[in-house]
Amino acid sequence: MRRLSRGTTALAVVGAVALTVLIVVPVAALILRAPWSSAADILAEPANRTALRLSVVVSLWSLALSICLGLPIAWLLARVQFPGRRVLRALVTLPMVLPPVVGGVALLVAFGRRGLVGQWLDRWFDVQLAFTTTAAVLAATFVSLPFFVVTVEAALRGVDQRYEDAARTLGARPLTVLRRVTLPAIRSSLVAGAALAWARALGEFGATITFAGSFEGRTQTMPLAINAALDADPRGAILLSLVLLLLAVMVLSSLRDRWMGSA
Amino acid sequence: MSALQVAGVVEAGELSLDVELEVGPDETVAVLGPNGAGKTTLLRAISGLRPLTSGVVRLDGRVLDEPTSRTWVPPEDRSVGVVFQDLLLFPFLNVTDNVAFGLEAAGLGRAAARTASTTWLERFGLGDRAKDSVRDLSGGESQRVAVARALAPVPRALLLDEPLSSLDADVRATVRRQLRGHLAQHSGPCIVVTHDPLDAAILADRVVVLEAGRITAAGSLSDLVARPRTAWAAELAGTNLLPATAIGQRLVTADGGELISADVPDPGPALVAIRPASVTLHLTHPEGSARNVWPAIVAEVEGFGDRFRIRVEGSVALVAEVTAGAVDELGLVPGRDVWASVKATDVSAYPA
Repeated sequence: MRRLSRGTTALAVVGAVALTVLIVVPVAALILRAPWSSAADILAEPANRTALRLSVVVSLWSLALSICLGLPIAWLLARVQFPGRRVLRALVTLPMVLPPVVGGVALLVAFGRRGLVGQWLDRWFDVQLAFTTTAAVLAATFVSLPFFVVTVEAALRGVDQRYEDAARTLGARPLTVLRRVTLPAIRSSLVAGAALAWARALGEFGATITFAGSFEGRTQTMPLAINAALDADPRGAILLSLVLLLLAVMVLSSLRDRWMGSA
Repeated sequence: MSALQVAGVVEAGELSLDVELEVGPDETVAVLGPNGAGKTTLLRAISGLRPLTSGVVRLDGRVLDEPTSRTWVPPEDRSVGVVFQDLLLFPFLNVTDNVAFGLEAAGLGRAAARTASTTWLERFGLGDRAKDSVRDLSGGESQRVAVARALAPVPRALLLDEPLSSLDADVRATVRRQLRGHLAQHSGPCIVVTHDPLDAAILADRVVVLEAGRITAAGSLSDLVARPRTAWAAELAGTNLLPATAIGQRLVTADGGELISADVPDPGPALVAIRPASVTLHLTHPEGSARNVWPAIVAEVEGFGDRFRIRVEGSVALVAEVTAGAVDELGLVPGRDVWASVKATDVSAYPA
């Protein structure tokens, strides 16, 4: 075996310590302290089941919105030359670096009952967004959309456009080319972008609690339920956390072949 | 009347393509030219993947592209089939669905398109490959699928970009012959872009030479070979090309050498073509019927097979083709003084 240089050894030690302290120990603690014997009962509690169901509903709606809005935006950014493209890209990716709670406050002052737009929605259409399930969906979409856009835009840039040319000479209209040539070509990136966006939406906390509040059955998704349960029912909080951990691992493994297969 | 007409300019960065080309109905024209001459750009202009800067593209009387009248028909509405250089079969569709693609785009239902696609595949001897992934096809099979895919929607014009360049040399001859049969299924103008004169000979009725964005010659392949007009065409034909001035039967080359030709071109600028095999090299001044005899020095010796190409310099500089035996016997090495001779009947002279 080749002897490692002292520098490499030092780096390996630092890495191992960091990994252990930051990831292995906390995850292990979560698993060890979980109330395994009463797991089924805890998960069956109405409040927890409600939070789980709401999380699924909110995250899937958010995913649908991310795809419907994200695909055109990604296309625009990747394929169309227009003034302000850089500004648009910066805007779209802003939520990735913005503290979620700031996003929540921004959504609140925009769409809250007395918000910039919200007051008109209230006055003209009698629509109140804040503290509704819709608000939870909007908050989740706000933070997760960039993950889908960034992934898909990169894929669209990488597409060999000669195949699209070939399709057009065969009589395919632009929408047919998109549906039958471009999207199949970036299928794995679409899945990856959707998985990332969904995982981000599922874990969303800060923007949701600010803009949508924490109302059981309406806006209290899993992360909010975990936060609420932490004092009164820590075992439930740990178990719900484990469920989220499991989902995160599933997302990672679904992406593994695409992202880490050759790494 | 020509079915396909291109008279236009395309400014494409470094390259400026400026051509006039007409292809009759049921005529196949080969566009020959070196790399970077603008051959692919020409096909892209016709198929609508690259707009003209000025001029017009017309197909069956319909204007497809004319900047002055702001007419531009998108590729999907041109009915111009293209076989791309890299074939570009859709990797995520199987063989049948690749060929069915254009039929579906034309509005045929999926089932009907697949049925029609199967018929095309059988016609092209690919019936047993219908369900296969295009990744599993051999080079020759991929090429046939690409041609079938382009022909299936029955385009008004067909364009092929280096259709045989992606193939290994050993299958190229077979596929070329098959392709000739398949092109017969297309009724309408057809353009084959190639840099191989053999493709032109077998696939096309007529040849156009495109160099640096301009058409430098047009006519039959035999004419092109016998009377090349440019250095590239001469190299393609494997012949010597010398610019000269005709004064009666005498041709004065640019280097001041003189040749006598049996042809009598009009006085003035002329081109002289001499096949390397008709040049004879001697150690002493030959006594014979050859009208053209001049002293020369061997500059370069290059062997291929049992033949050698000897480049000689002198008042007339050219390449002679001799056998390996002659190289040995005459001791033809660079620097050797020789006499070169060529008969007047082997000196082809024509106006420049």
